[in-house]
Amino acid sequence: MPPFEPVLLEAIGTPESHTIASYRARGGYAPFEKLLAEKQPVDVIELVKSAGLRGRGGAGFPTGLKWSFLPKDHPGPVYLCVNADESEPGTFNNRILMEDDPHQVIEGTMISSYATRATTAYIYLRYEYPHAWDRLQAAIDEAYAAGLLGKNIKGSNFSLDIYLHRGAAAYICGEETGLIESIEGKRAWPRIKPPFPAIEGVFRKPTVVNNIETMACVAQIARRGVDWFRSIGVPADPANPRDPGSYGPKLYCLSGHVEKPGCYEAPLGITLRELINEYGGGVWKGRKAKAAIPGGISMGLMTEAEFDTPLDFKGPGTVGCMGLGTAAVVVIDETVSIVDFLHNSCRFFAHESCGQCTPCREGTNWNLRILERIRAGKGRLKDLEILLENGTTMGMMPGSTICGLADGAAWPIKNVIHKFRDEFEDYIKRTNPEGWMVTDPVPALQIVGAH
Amino acid sequence: MTSHALKRLTPEMVAEIEALAPRYPDRRALVLPSLHLVNKALRHVPLDAVVDVANVLGLPPAEVQDTLTFYQFFHQQKPHGTVRAFVCRSISCALRGGDELLEKLCSQYGIEPYGTTDDGSLTIEPAECLGACDFAPCVLANDDLLKNLDPAAAAAALEAVKIRADQQNAQRPQPTTHSPMEDA
Repeated sequence: MPPFEPVLLEAIGTPESHTIASYRARGGYAPFEKLLAEKQPVDVIELVKSAGLRGRGGAGFPTGLKWSFLPKDHPGPVYLCVNADESEPGTFNNRILMEDDPHQVIEGTMISSYATRATTAYIYLRYEYPHAWDRLQAAIDEAYAAGLLGKNIKGSNFSLDIYLHRGAAAYICGEETGLIESIEGKRAWPRIKPPFPAIEGVFRKPTVVNNIETMACVAQIARRGVDWFRSIGVPADPANPRDPGSYGPKLYCLSGHVEKPGCYEAPLGITLRELINEYGGGVWKGRKAKAAIPGGISMGLMTEAEFDTPLDFKGPGTVGCMGLGTAAVVVIDETVSIVDFLHNSCRFFAHESCGQCTPCREGTNWNLRILERIRAGKGRLKDLEILLENGTTMGMMPGSTICGLADGAAWPIKNVIHKFRDEFEDYIKRTNPEGWMVTDPVPALQIVGAH
Repeated sequence: MTSHALKRLTPEMVAEIEALAPRYPDRRALVLPSLHLVNKALRHVPLDAVVDVANVLGLPPAEVQDTLTFYQFFHQQKPHGTVRAFVCRSISCALRGGDELLEKLCSQYGIEPYGTTDDGSLTIEPAECLGACDFAPCVLANDDLLKNLDPAAAAAALEAVKIRADQQNAQRPQPTTHSPMEDA
């Protein structure tokens, strides 16, 4: 067994792990009560900053720094939105935390609210998690009953309400300003930034949006301390003053073609190969891996030869992936056609593009139509050039869209065609022997719907 | 509240919406919770209900409709089945037979994806990642997550959810006479 003792998942699988009694018995809520009695909010921000915690939702932005962008001495209210719209394909760690240890998430939310002076926290939960909804609501009710939520908590000046808000099956609600618009009752169209949510967020008030796993990390930093957190993971590169390092434990979601899919906690920086072999029981059916997604489908693929790359915030970027993302690892074995993989990716983004920015709305749908045509044996080599052109012109990076969804849609296209170009070309030539060299425009096979 | 006569919302539903109002500084934030409430009761959100929600919240109906149409989740033309089954087709499930599962279920029940059986007992919809990749391929049927589904056994799992849904409906209080729950 791996030597690392899980912390974020310490209670998973124990009886009644979702109850306040279990959480208290593990030392839960005492750190919140201590911080509330002894520390000022600014001290809590410093605590999280010095721990080097980076957001677990995908972007890896330093959490304490995000909090410090809130205006000082704002008359309020300030809002905390906890992002539980976990929708990146392959990702399910938030679900496990919310279902089986909701109080850890709630305590992290309390501490983060105290640090940011938020008096209302909304947990934006995706529709697809009804069990997590029940468990979180029960945990919130228990916390109110224990006097941990409500007015003047434990005799302090701090008041906090936590409310659940239910999404309606749209990936874009995980984008922080899309989430804010959705809470406000509008279509979840991401906002142009600036202003960033810290200045003008939900209900036009200063707002912090943090991920569920980030909340759990905050709770553990408060309980176990900065030194403990910094003893895990990959330290900052001393030669690079802009590298914030990759500290702390991380929940890796492992799925696809492995023997034992599941959510595993490991120090940031474990390699993909270690994760698959030591935790996942290896590739399924004794087969070889072809590639793996390192952190949700937007990140692109790592080939089998790249599996020794560390899965910290920096590693996947060194092998042409967008980043660590959500640390959702999806393994594909040697029997999978790379054309089918990219088709699945393009279908997802075509379905989930919110339709606000034309390059993304049209681009994702055209990409899907091209992939459908290639799969149907009507592909041309020219299509790869068109896909790459789409891939390099849609997104925030080329400056043609408001949010990063299009970048996430484009990255797998660029990455996969770059890494598996021979396979694409072979497939196209083999399935379309008469027409693979044609360069004239061709009609799409069918119209696909979008939001 | 409003002077308009409500066509689809019962006083109980209005009371449920109003109970949520103190949570938000702006009544527009109640749009999504209200739509969920209506959808739970009626299994769709007809235009009359959109107008009702708008009246209760003090919003132009177009704003509520605008939000509704963004989330393809809410059906408007007709109710979804007593059981609504979302079959995951995203990557982790697709690698373990999600697409084949969707095809098999649709052909077993004789419906197209997004379709509802003639008896109104089941709607099957493709879904993007359900966040249960550790149990791929999976289906979310009402509030039940059906895990590691073998296509041969999937229909039996759905039938069990249908039986539970029927039992729950039988226990649910019948609509009172002043609440026109039936289609006009």
